[in-house]
Amino acid sequence: MNKLALILVVLVIAGVSAVAAIELSGRTVPRLKVSTTTSLFDTGLLDNIADEYLNNYGVRLDVISLGTGPALDQAGSGDVDVTFVHSPTLENLFLTDNSGGARKIIAYNFFAIIGPDEDPAGIENLSTIAALQKIAETKAEWVSRDDNSGTNTKEKALWKSVGFPDFTALYEENWFTATGQGMGATLVVANEHRGYTITDTGTYLKYFNDNLINLKTFVSSGKDLLNVYSVMAANPVDNRENVDFQGAIDFIEYLISDNGQSFIGNFGVAEYGAPLFNPAVQLLKENADSEIATWIRDTAFFENSECPQQYRLGQEQLYQ
Amino acid sequence: MSEQLIEVVLRSIWISGAALLFSLTWCLPISLFLGLRNFRGRNIIISIFNAFIGFPTVALGIILVALFSNAGALGSLGLLYTPTAIIIGQALLVTPILVSLLTSAIESVDPSIRDLAKTLGASDGQAKLAVLSEARKGTILAGIAAFNRAIGELGVALMVGASLRGYTRVMTTQIALEYNRGEWELSVQLAIVLLAIVFSLTLLANMLRRD
Amino acid sequence: MATILKLKKIGKKYDEKTVLRNTSFDVKKGEILCIIGPNGAGKTTLLRIMALLENSSNGEIVHENKVLKVYDDVNYRKRVTMAFQQTALFRKTVFDNVAYGLKIRGYSKDEVKKRTERALESVNLGGFGKRKAKKLSGGEQQRVALARALVTEPELLLLDEPTANLDPANISVVEDLIRNLKGKTTVVVATHNLFHAHRIADRVACILDGELIDIGTTKEIFSHPKDKRTKKFIRGEFF
Ligand SMILES: Nc1ncnc2c1ncn2[C@@H]1O[C@H](COP(=O)(O)OP(=O)(O)O)[C@@H](O)[C@H]1O
Ligand SMILES: [Mg+2]
Repeated sequence: MNKLALILVVLVIAGVSAVAAIELSGRTVPRLKVSTTTSLFDTGLLDNIADEYLNNYGVRLDVISLGTGPALDQAGSGDVDVTFVHSPTLENLFLTDNSGGARKIIAYNFFAIIGPDEDPAGIENLSTIAALQKIAETKAEWVSRDDNSGTNTKEKALWKSVGFPDFTALYEENWFTATGQGMGATLVVANEHRGYTITDTGTYLKYFNDNLINLKTFVSSGKDLLNVYSVMAANPVDNRENVDFQGAIDFIEYLISDNGQSFIGNFGVAEYGAPLFNPAVQLLKENADSEIATWIRDTAFFENSECPQQYRLGQEQLYQ
Repeated sequence: MSEQLIEVVLRSIWISGAALLFSLTWCLPISLFLGLRNFRGRNIIISIFNAFIGFPTVALGIILVALFSNAGALGSLGLLYTPTAIIIGQALLVTPILVSLLTSAIESVDPSIRDLAKTLGASDGQAKLAVLSEARKGTILAGIAAFNRAIGELGVALMVGASLRGYTRVMTTQIALEYNRGEWELSVQLAIVLLAIVFSLTLLANMLRRD
Repeated sequence: MATILKLKKIGKKYDEKTVLRNTSFDVKKGEILCIIGPNGAGKTTLLRIMALLENSSNGEIVHENKVLKVYDDVNYRKRVTMAFQQTALFRKTVFDNVAYGLKIRGYSKDEVKKRTERALESVNLGGFGKRKAKKLSGGEQQRVALARALVTEPELLLLDEPTANLDPANISVVEDLIRNLKGKTTVVVATHNLFHAHRIADRVACILDGELIDIGTTKEIFSHPKDKRTKKFIRGEFF
């Protein structure tokens, strides 16, 4: 036999066995694909949940971190089974175009407006809207992710209510810097520029505690800064035969279970001395008239429900 | 180094090594063809390969995602976010540099070697093999350059692999990831390991070249 | 004497340039045939065609009643060997260079070793096996090439200017070697060196400008050339 052909055959066999080995080693347990946003992913919450879920339920979570839009698109195309995001407006679109459903609100926390200790714009003790107005007036530097992430979506909504309906108009302002990058990189830029920015608490605490930044929190509560996290399953319709719908529902059931909720509520306590996420399931179930529950209903419910019936994909048990 | 770190390092080497093996299965015949034969359009083909050496990894990544995604032509294979997808991506990524370097290694072999092998009783395939064996230094250099390109690239691995923990996470994607998470220490450790691998291979290549 | 190879009206053109024209002759089994002619006459081209490294443009070569073609020749290649004027060597050790043909033919490791060492002895290169072939002197390299051609015991050996570039001592080593092959192997030697041809040849063919103008025994060609041009060439008038 021709030796050259032999070499090629050996190369193919070696390559195929290498692929088989790595694929098989990764497929010893069932896997579930979860898409999420970078800021949520970067807190480490999902890695911790993944370990917990693997140990207790024997399923490995493959967590894919993207911007909010792409994270939802991945679920919409059936490339992942579950998506874990925090952008009610986009979630609403996701439901209405039947990309997926079985939405459950899992947790909440608050965004924070942070800036240099010296507070050149003087926003200490102001409300969110007043603080942003002050920053624009004094032309103190503002650093924006400008990456269409959930945080950035929230930021855009805030600027709109301050009088910048067209976010792109801000590009013209010389006090405005757009990084186009994730939360971590944006925090570092804001720190270098001694500017203000809006951040999720998880990433902020992480960077702050590790001394990577020294920016101070000025505003960190109020309906304006509420950040609501929900989870949705990909719709197993059409040609999306790869979607593991049952696996997705199982995972959602875990997240809303007492175990899942307390796991989320305790995450970060050891490291930061305070939880990064507040469980939402019990809060909403109690129908309590607590201020925060009302805020959540106002900002993250559609048609007075966390998931209108037609989008529940037959999973009524999630809403009992 | 933590156990997890070692695992990621080994996986990177494994994935990029497999990509190199696959790539060789088509790059060797292509390069032998280009290096040993004279035909019209040969130079054009070679310069196309040369031009593709700098192909941006993210561009290749996005093309492959479009292809492997459920919405894409090869969606039903379920390859998106698997090590296989990274291997395919990197194998394609290193094809131009491999073809280019292998072809010039083969070209630089004394043209009479092929005739020599034939006069000593070699078949056509054996004669090609003799040429390749004369070009072995260049072949190894090409392999090292291709491997370094594969193991150091981020775009393809991130986009088609998504850096899944314990599955598709490789050194470059973890460096990016840990940086975003503010785990700079880990990022730096990994970057040092990556540099050590690339530098020592390059050093080896240089020693070979001199010898 | 039996004929081992029959050339029939061989012609060769490169683009529009005719390099060989209408060349016919027989190679007889066991003989040493020298092809003489000035530089550029077409000797190398003729040997390359006989080694099937190149197609002829016209005519045919008959070997054992079979017309040869370039692409069905592995069997022929295993029985016929050519050594080039510009010594070509693998970038390997002397041993590996000489052993190449044996390995291709699938000889056992022991056999390869035995025959290779014997062949190296025969060209006075015993003990050179481990040296890098490319690092030897010109004369040593030429002898490696010769050992490598001889080790497979080819039926027909084609040598292109085997003594060009050699000093007198090396020339006589190589000539002795060729003379010793007489009767065992058929040898065709292309050379522009008449003295060399005179010393080793049984028969001589003379080519000028791609045309075979004379062929005969060494004595006939050197003492009583039939063709006027051969006579001139022999007298050195072409140099
Ligand atoms: N590949 C080639 N293309 C064009 N011309 C060639 C080629 N090879 C040889 N020739 C020409 O053929 C003629 C004969 O060359 P050659 O056979 O090498 O002569 P010799 O060996 O007798 O010196 C020369 O004029 C040479 O330039
Ligand atoms: Mg010549």
